[in-house]
Amino acid sequence: MLKAREKVIERDLVIVGGGPAGMTAAVAARENGVGDILILERDQYLGGILNQCIHTGFGLKYFKEILTGPEYAARFIEKVENIPEVEVSLRSFVVDLKSDKTLTFLRPGVLKKVKAKALIMATGCRERTREMVHISGTRPAGVFPAGLAQKLINIEGLIPGREVVIVGSGDIGLIMARRFTLEGAKVKGIVEIEASSRGLVRNIVQCVEDFDIPLYFRHKIAKIYGKNRVEGLEVVKVDEKFNEIEGLKFRITCDTVLISVGLIPENELIEMAGLEMDKKTNTPVSKELNKTSIPGIFVCGNALKVYDIVDSVSHDSLIAGRMAAEYLKGLK
Amino acid sequence: MIKKSLICIECPVGCHITVCMEKNRAVKITGNKCPKGEKYALSEIQNPVRVLTTSVLAEGMPFKLVPVKTDSPIPKARLIEAMREVKKIKLDRPMHVGDVVVPNFLGTNANLVVTREFFQRGTHTK
Amino acid sequence: MKIYDAAIIGGGVTGGAIARELSHYKLDIALFEKEEELAFGVSKSNSGIIHPGTQNPPDSLKGRLSVLGNALTRKISRELGVDFKEVGALIVAFKDEDLPVLSRLKSEAEILGVPRLKIVKRGWLRKNEPNLNREAIAALYAPSAGIISPYRLVYDLCENAKRNGVEFYTCAKVRNVTRLDFSGIPGKSTFEIGTAKGIFKARYVINAAGLFADEVSAMVGVSDFKIQPRKGDEFLLDKKKEHLANHVLFPLPSGESKGVLVIKTSDGNPMIGPTAHETDDKDDLSTSDEGLREVFSSAKKLVPTLSENDIIAYFAGLRPASGHDFIIRHEEAAPGFVNVAGIQSPGLTAAPAIALMAARLLKRNGLRLRRKFIFHRHRRKEVHLFEMPMSKTAKLIEKDPGYGDIVCRCEMVSAKEIEDAIARGATTLDGIKFRTRAQAGRCHGGFCTTRIMRILAQKKKLQLTGITKRGRGSEIVKSQRKGD
Repeated sequence: MLKAREKVIERDLVIVGGGPAGMTAAVAARENGVGDILILERDQYLGGILNQCIHTGFGLKYFKEILTGPEYAARFIEKVENIPEVEVSLRSFVVDLKSDKTLTFLRPGVLKKVKAKALIMATGCRERTREMVHISGTRPAGVFPAGLAQKLINIEGLIPGREVVIVGSGDIGLIMARRFTLEGAKVKGIVEIEASSRGLVRNIVQCVEDFDIPLYFRHKIAKIYGKNRVEGLEVVKVDEKFNEIEGLKFRITCDTVLISVGLIPENELIEMAGLEMDKKTNTPVSKELNKTSIPGIFVCGNALKVYDIVDSVSHDSLIAGRMAAEYLKGLK
Repeated sequence: MIKKSLICIECPVGCHITVCMEKNRAVKITGNKCPKGEKYALSEIQNPVRVLTTSVLAEGMPFKLVPVKTDSPIPKARLIEAMREVKKIKLDRPMHVGDVVVPNFLGTNANLVVTREFFQRGTHTK
Repeated sequence: MKIYDAAIIGGGVTGGAIARELSHYKLDIALFEKEEELAFGVSKSNSGIIHPGTQNPPDSLKGRLSVLGNALTRKISRELGVDFKEVGALIVAFKDEDLPVLSRLKSEAEILGVPRLKIVKRGWLRKNEPNLNREAIAALYAPSAGIISPYRLVYDLCENAKRNGVEFYTCAKVRNVTRLDFSGIPGKSTFEIGTAKGIFKARYVINAAGLFADEVSAMVGVSDFKIQPRKGDEFLLDKKKEHLANHVLFPLPSGESKGVLVIKTSDGNPMIGPTAHETDDKDDLSTSDEGLREVFSSAKKLVPTLSENDIIAYFAGLRPASGHDFIIRHEEAAPGFVNVAGIQSPGLTAAPAIALMAARLLKRNGLRLRRKFIFHRHRRKEVHLFEMPMSKTAKLIEKDPGYGDIVCRCEMVSAKEIEDAIARGATTLDGIKFRTRAQAGRCHGGFCTTRIMRILAQKKKLQLTGITKRGRGSEIVKSQRKGD
């Protein structure tokens, strides 16, 4: 039975996040001699965002193979599960982090305090939502961050809508254009404010051109319509300064709007702990690779920098794992 | 003579390739920086293929849906038909990554395989 | 058919406060709300300020009722377990010629009985409101202003009223109100109320229908007022900027509106707004780029360090304005019918006092108010992990493991709290959001929506495709992959 004043447990290395970044860091740390590793993952499974990325394109650099997200994750889950020195705690949610590397986490039925000798933060990103980019108009149901739509379709088997417009031509938006089309919905357009797409060429070809989806560059959403559910959008052409151009507005009827306008690293915990932060990117200030302003606290993966492909995340996290191992050796 | 242009996706460079066609045959391919591009361009013009990634329903298992893929590309023109077929599948037993759900899917020689591992041990303590 | 003593039309803060007040007495009360859940009308867009009572003409109902309401709200919030924080308000002046305005506002407010007012100068402002524009020369300081969660207040009032016997009907839009006999004596006739949930009868009707109060009043032939909706855009900023303002900051009043304010909401996020634009569309809750520009340019005059980059949410509300003051009166032309209309700002503040006034009007017009022997005054305070110290959280988790099962990461809301919200009446995603704050944080439901949908579907025995944002027509998803 848990008591509120249970003793604080000390662990050599705690990794917050059991996605590709956290798992790779755990493997690397073990390979470099760390003998006690705790991974805290908030979801019911390891794998992080890869679990819902059922498309291919992962692993070309790291494994020299073309894998889907879950397959890439499976490789690391296998490695992690075969390392007895790694403890994985699922459904575990870190609620507090102090600068002395004491964490508090919750799990159903459990509240635990852990003091980490070394800490790797692999907390990934959240999506920029409609609320953060002011889009005029009403607030009906049917507006989704692209990643949420992906989760609804790929994990829950729920189809968000039948006529879709995607805001933002980043990779997540492009991937979802294809996913919706394959699931029988009509993607009526992708609206991109810049003059070109930020996504990979492969995705433009296989997600947009393959299905003849209109891609409106230098356009933005002027307004969302619909009282309780999206009924349509007003789209307008913009100039290089992103100002609306008079007379170049048109309407698209749709019942679903996907917002794919960028990712924000999830670093509220380290901010809470008082680490030096770059306010613009919401990432920790780092003098050297994965180190932060507090010795012994490292950040890796998307929480450190928004990467385009997961292979880069693994590469980055290997370094973090090694750095943590070196730090622990130095403490002895 | 007809000119078709496409972007090669074999690697991140993304060469802009031009294919000159005569009587529906490709006679000249330019713009590629390596031989993979030529191969890709020919394939795209004659018989475009794509790997299909989607999910199938699962019953009585920890996941509602199981992600799957074709283990080699299938004709692009048959993707929608493929999606219709996939919707009829229901898995009723746990599988490993790589297990075949449907061999020789749609007669294309590609197998439909599972891409998510069922057998994760979950939380374990030291 | 049962004949209720009183029927309340409208389930916002006004209807809720009246329901709770009347539930002190041995009466059969029913409340009818047209939306899927309570507080889904005007009240959900409320900024949550408990006004001190300043900026009201001394002879106005608004003035008297907000001063009384301010005092009563403290008592009620303690009884109901909803957080009320006294933060104080500052009406800020920038020019010497504005100083007489501050003095006038002060003396008018003092006539109404607003307590502890004082004019503060630069030194005080620098010390107590460091982010305030340094060019501010003085301010009227009203310490009795406070902040509260407007929708949690509505839910808590209504749940307590329900516990004390009031019957609540949602999705029950009132279509017609007819007097069944014309004795002319209030309380002697019966009103027949046709709603989407069926026909009901009551001896007295209280119209607290917000934006639609004029339409409901017209149903009994009283059409001497019109509700002119006035839209206000509001912008919520990241909780990281919690300390942008310590008090509720007001500019000098201009025209009809109190101006664009900088508020710290009871949830900790700074909020700026509202604008004030008349509209004819009672359903138009859209925001606009002009609204954003207007709000920020005004608000930056008060707090120059405000930045559009900190916006994490925005919405618009419609004030159910009718003329300059509240319309709270018993209608001679329809004896037994009480209008409680035009409840714009400071309606939330005044709500408990409005409820007392409504009860008095009913009593004066023949409704016997006999106190119950047992009135459940108190409500156990809702559990919100995010406002608890860790030691208390640990004890809760010991008692119920569900408190350790975090669903909403950004606001730290557990599965148990969500289940409790559903047990208390939430049937929609918005209803869960307003009661627990799940989906109201940084990621706006990006992480937690699917889990919340599953919990709601399981508890209310619904299909996932039947889960809505705020009632029928706002379903989240259109279809589901299923086997044959």
